[in-house]
Amino acid sequence: MAEIASAAPQRVATRPRLRGAALLGTVPFFAYVTIFLIIPTLVVVIGAFASDDGGFTLANVGSLGDAYIVEAFGRSIALSAMSALIGAILGAVLAYALVTARSDGVLRRVVTAAAGVLAQFGGVTLAFAFLATIGLSGFLTLWLSEHGIDLYAGGVWLFELPGLTLVYTYFQIPLMVIVFLPALDGIRPQWREAAESLGGTTWQYWTRVAGPLLAPAFLGSTLLLFANAFSAYATAAALVSQGSPIVPLQIRGALTSEVVLGQANLGKAMALGMVIVVAVVMTLYSLLQRRTAKWLG
Amino acid sequence: MRKLSRSAAVTLTAATMISLTAACSPPESESESSSSGAATATSAADLGGLDALVTEAKKEGALNVIALPPDWANYGEIIKAFGDKYGIKVNSAQPDGSSQDEINAATQLKGQDSAPDVFDLGMSVATANTALFAPYKVSTFDEIPADLKEANGAYVNDYGGYMSIGYDSAKVPAPTSVADLLKAEYKGKVALNGDPTQAGAAFGGVQMASIANGGTAEDIKPGVDFFSRLKKAGNFLPVDPTSATIESGQTPVVFDWDYLNAAQSTKTPTWKVFLPPNAVLGSYYAQAISKDAPHPAAARLWQEFLYSDEGQNLWLKGGARPVRAEAMQKAGTIDATAFAALPEVAGTPVIPTEAQNTAAKEYLTANWAKAIG
Repeated sequence: MAEIASAAPQRVATRPRLRGAALLGTVPFFAYVTIFLIIPTLVVVIGAFASDDGGFTLANVGSLGDAYIVEAFGRSIALSAMSALIGAILGAVLAYALVTARSDGVLRRVVTAAAGVLAQFGGVTLAFAFLATIGLSGFLTLWLSEHGIDLYAGGVWLFELPGLTLVYTYFQIPLMVIVFLPALDGIRPQWREAAESLGGTTWQYWTRVAGPLLAPAFLGSTLLLFANAFSAYATAAALVSQGSPIVPLQIRGALTSEVVLGQANLGKAMALGMVIVVAVVMTLYSLLQRRTAKWLG
Repeated sequence: MRKLSRSAAVTLTAATMISLTAACSPPESESESSSSGAATATSAADLGGLDALVTEAKKEGALNVIALPPDWANYGEIIKAFGDKYGIKVNSAQPDGSSQDEINAATQLKGQDSAPDVFDLGMSVATANTALFAPYKVSTFDEIPADLKEANGAYVNDYGGYMSIGYDSAKVPAPTSVADLLKAEYKGKVALNGDPTQAGAAFGGVQMASIANGGTAEDIKPGVDFFSRLKKAGNFLPVDPTSATIESGQTPVVFDWDYLNAAQSTKTPTWKVFLPPNAVLGSYYAQAISKDAPHPAAARLWQEFLYSDEGQNLWLKGGARPVRAEAMQKAGTIDATAFAALPEVAGTPVIPTEAQNTAAKEYLTANWAKAIG
């Protein structure tokens, strides 16, 4: 956003300065951002470098190198990546199916409305829905076992990473539909007609025209899904009660454990680690968004 | 888009923050600190005897307790009995909270009417937070064994129990040892009460499994390895057991304190308590009064009630071993029926020291997620 200072003297009418009264309108925004974004971030950053007696220390951040924390980050990233990829692919297919439907039709309206709701359907309610369906005494589990199929022959995978991946995917797919639909809508039918009249096959159209156009939006949406899963807490907290496999659950343990004490600042250091991971992801996302915006304006 | 000049934005943010912090400061506690000095009383005698304490406490009219589940060591009945006896309203917050949650609440709510008055804590949390407690000696202080109290009464052990294996005899065969749980009959059926890196009861479960497998309370590796084998056999169930999961049959075998498993038997008649022979791990909880208690007199009266014969017998009724059991046995004031109903103990009970626990925790933190992952 560098402004080029021109050498020639200009006589531009100076813009009226914003008066205090005009600034009042921005107070709610800044108040909100301060309370819910700036202060918590500062608390996390300061706490990550604070010792128990309030001094400066690198011990908390150093502890992030401990094997169990590194493993938790590894599992968190793996879970987020898996659920983001599955969600992105299935969500993209569903979104494409919607685009081929009439844009003002009932089907499309119903599905986008449902996606809007389900993308936010997480936490305890979602965990409970899965427990009631395919939990150990879930109705589907019991119905299948009556027919000789044991869902949990190889262990109780629902309460471990495979189960978390499944449950996360449930809210990732609708989110993908919401964020990927605009990009699909931006693909104009004329482009396809142009490709066909120049003798291109469907395969060529997808690999040479639509594919490259949609790739940045697809990757960007996948990154958004990744960040969404990476920061999810309540769903996992309601579902997993052993081993705290992922970072948000490790942070919970650091803050509330009655067994291992004095780890509050270690929890903040882990939160700082999460902030950094999400910051990297969101930077990549915004770069990709910029590329997408060029095509789809 | 009109850009806000940066300095204006900064000023505005700063102004907003200042006005907010002013608005967010907690209201001053309105309850008058009792002039009688209940907040600094270290025994009922300081206030002029038990009757004076009762009068002061009734004046306050309320008591805030925290993290006391009604079905834990009979707390539901204890809270009701205290409220009925003295006409004091007991506000019970976060019944399912952990010991650390109690301390967090005390620091976060400091100076407010809703702050907790009294704590019931695991020993690690109690010994780590003595600065937050008001020392107080109940009338029966001398009857409490010396190794189960802090000399000045900053915290005092209240009730204890042994780590046990609860099982639903209608669903699984009776185990005769910890190792039995590796058998195929227990596939997908064995649970710990919580995550051992977070919950004291689950931590005790791993310690007990360690003692049963040739380890000690300190050398917890054999216990972690046992649960790892249990996991590989497909027997370990990573579900947090509650009364509901036990009644619905989702968690047929649960490692938990014997008084909690015993309490479950009253709800589920087929629920049995098993104490493995020669792997007896004991642990006591501790009472403490908050230094910043909004109801200092009621807090002290609560302690007097808990350590009276009546309070101790109520704990015993819930299957917990009250700290004055021995003295009460001698005096003949103990509830003999409830005392006889406690599970049989075979072998010498191990009560781990803080040093042993610390060593065990380090190993557990580094290896638990891996072992059952």
